[in-house]
Amino acid sequence: MNAATLPAAGSAAPSAPVLDPETQARMKAQAEAMARAQRLRLMTRFAAPVVGFAFFLLVWQAVAHSGDKQLPGPMMVLEAAIKLFSDPFYVNGPNDQGIGWNVLASLQRVAVGFGLAALVGIPLGFLIGRFAFFNQMLDPIISLLRPVSPLAWLPIGLMVFKAANPAAIWTIFICSIWPMVINTAVGVRQVPQDYLNVARVLNLSELTIIRKILFPAVLPYMLTGVRLAVGTAWLVIVAAEMLTGGQGIGFWLWDEWNNLNVAHILIAIFIIGGVGLLLEMLLVAVARRFDYS
Amino acid sequence: MSQANLDPRSKRFLRIENVGMSFATKKGTFVALRDINLEVARGEFISLIGHSGCGKSTLLNLVAGLTTPTSGVLLLDDRELKGPGPERAVVFQNHSLLPWLTCMENVYLAVERVFGATENKAQLRERSLAALELVNLSHAKDKRPGEISGGMKQRVGIARALAMEPKMLLMDEPFGALDALTRAKLQDEMMKIVATTGSTVMMVTHDVDEAVLLSDRIVMLTNGPAATIGEVHQVPLLPIRERFRPRLEMAHDAGYLASREAVLEFLYHKQAHVEKDAA
Repeated sequence: MNAATLPAAGSAAPSAPVLDPETQARMKAQAEAMARAQRLRLMTRFAAPVVGFAFFLLVWQAVAHSGDKQLPGPMMVLEAAIKLFSDPFYVNGPNDQGIGWNVLASLQRVAVGFGLAALVGIPLGFLIGRFAFFNQMLDPIISLLRPVSPLAWLPIGLMVFKAANPAAIWTIFICSIWPMVINTAVGVRQVPQDYLNVARVLNLSELTIIRKILFPAVLPYMLTGVRLAVGTAWLVIVAAEMLTGGQGIGFWLWDEWNNLNVAHILIAIFIIGGVGLLLEMLLVAVARRFDYS
Repeated sequence: MSQANLDPRSKRFLRIENVGMSFATKKGTFVALRDINLEVARGEFISLIGHSGCGKSTLLNLVAGLTTPTSGVLLLDDRELKGPGPERAVVFQNHSLLPWLTCMENVYLAVERVFGATENKAQLRERSLAALELVNLSHAKDKRPGEISGGMKQRVGIARALAMEPKMLLMDEPFGALDALTRAKLQDEMMKIVATTGSTVMMVTHDVDEAVLLSDRIVMLTNGPAATIGEVHQVPLLPIRERFRPRLEMAHDAGYLASREAVLEFLYHKQAHVEKDAA
C-alpha cells in the first residue's frame, strides 16, 4: 500500500493481455510507421551537416579557381596538412618548430593567464555578489574597463614585464577575468532565498553555507563565466601572439603569411577553430555534470 | 477538552504578546500585523487561516525567527525568540531541498547540525534514515530532489524538519502546491506522524478542510493590511495525536461540520466585506 512497495510492484513483469489478431496487426503497422519516421529523422540529422560541408568545400573550390588563383583549393590544403601533421613535434631552433609545439605553447599561455584570472576573478565575484558595498565600489571600474579591447592592454604588459611571454599571459588574464567576475556575482545574487532560509533555520556556520549552499548554487553560473572566458582567451591569444612573436599558433600563422604560404594559413585557421570547439565542448560537458535543474 | 491531559504549566509553551510587524516601503510604512496575542500549549496543533495577503506567513516567519517583530515579544519555553534556530524547524511551501544533495544528505545536513556535537556518524545516519522511514521514503534516500515527485519532495522536507526533533514544527502551506489526492495522503501521514512524535505544530493554510481535519485550534486572521487575530476556534474533536480522524467519517461528523461552518462563516461572511472596502 505505501509508496515503498510501489517500485517493486512496477518492476514485476506484467502478464501480456490477449489481443485479437486485428488489433495486433494494427499495433504492428503503427510500430513500423513509427520506426520508419525515426530512421528518417536520424538520417536527416547526419545528412544535414554533410550537405553543409559539401557546399562549403564547393564554394571554396570555386573561389580558388577564379580570380588570380592565390587561394589554394581544398585538395592542396589537404596535401599540405598531411605533410604538416606527419611530423608535428620537430624542433629546428626557436623560430622553426612543429605545429604541435605551437598549439601547445598557445594552450599553455591560455591556461596560465586564464587560471590566474579564475584565481582572482571568482573570489572577487563572490565578494561583489554577497556584499553591496563591494558591488557599489567596483561596478563603475568594471563597467569602464570591460569594453576595452584586450589587445589595448598588451603594451602595458610589455612595459611592465619587459618580455613577450608574460605580456601575452597578462592580456589573456585581463580579457578572461571579466566574464568570471560578472557571472559569479550574478550567480551569488541569484541563490534562491529559500536555500538561505534553510541555512538560517539550521543556523549553519558560514563555512558550511559556502560549502553546501553557496558554492554548489553558484557553480553553474561560474562555469558559464569560465566558458565565456576560455572562448575569449582563445580568440585573444592568436591576436596577441601575432604581435609578440616567438612561439604559438598565432605567431605561426603570421610567420606563414611572411613566407606567403597561404595553404598553411588556412590550416592554422582550421586548427584554431577546432581547438576552440574542443575547449567549448569540454566545458559544456563539465557544466552538464553540475546541472541539477 | 482536548487539552485535559496536558501539563497546565505547558499551556504557555509558545507565547506571542502584543506582536506587530511593519515594513518600510517607498510609499511609507506598511503595517502587516498588529496586536497579535496568542498562547500555544505543548503538543497542540494550531492552524493559521485567512485570506491571501493577511499576513499569516508573516506571523509564521516571526515565530520561525526569520523576521523580527517591530513591536511586542515572542517567547518559547519562557525564552525570548531571537533569530531562527533549529529548535523551531520549518517546512517550507516549496520544500526548499538543496537540489545537489540526495534526500538522505538533505536530512543529514539538518541532523548533523543539531546532533553532530554529541553523536557519531553512524548514529547521525541512523537518525536521518529513521526520519525518512517515518515519511515512508527510505527507498528514495539516494535520489536527488529533481528525480522525485512534488509530494515526495514535501515529505523529505517534513522528514528534515522532524529529524531535528524540534520543540516546534512550523509549516507554511506545506501541502498547498500538491494535487488533491496527494494532499489527502500527506494529511493522513501527518496525523500518524503527530500521533507518533507528539509534536507542537503551527501550520499556515488556506484550506478550510485541512485546518479542521488536523487542528486542535484554528486561528483566523482578519484581512490585511494591519491584520490581527479575528477569532480562535476550538475544534470539538479529540486531538489527532490521540485519535486518527478518518476523512470519510469526518464528512458527517457533527463537530467537524460545525467547525467547518464556523471557519467558512468567518472567511466568507465576516471578513468578505472588508476586502471589498479595501479594494
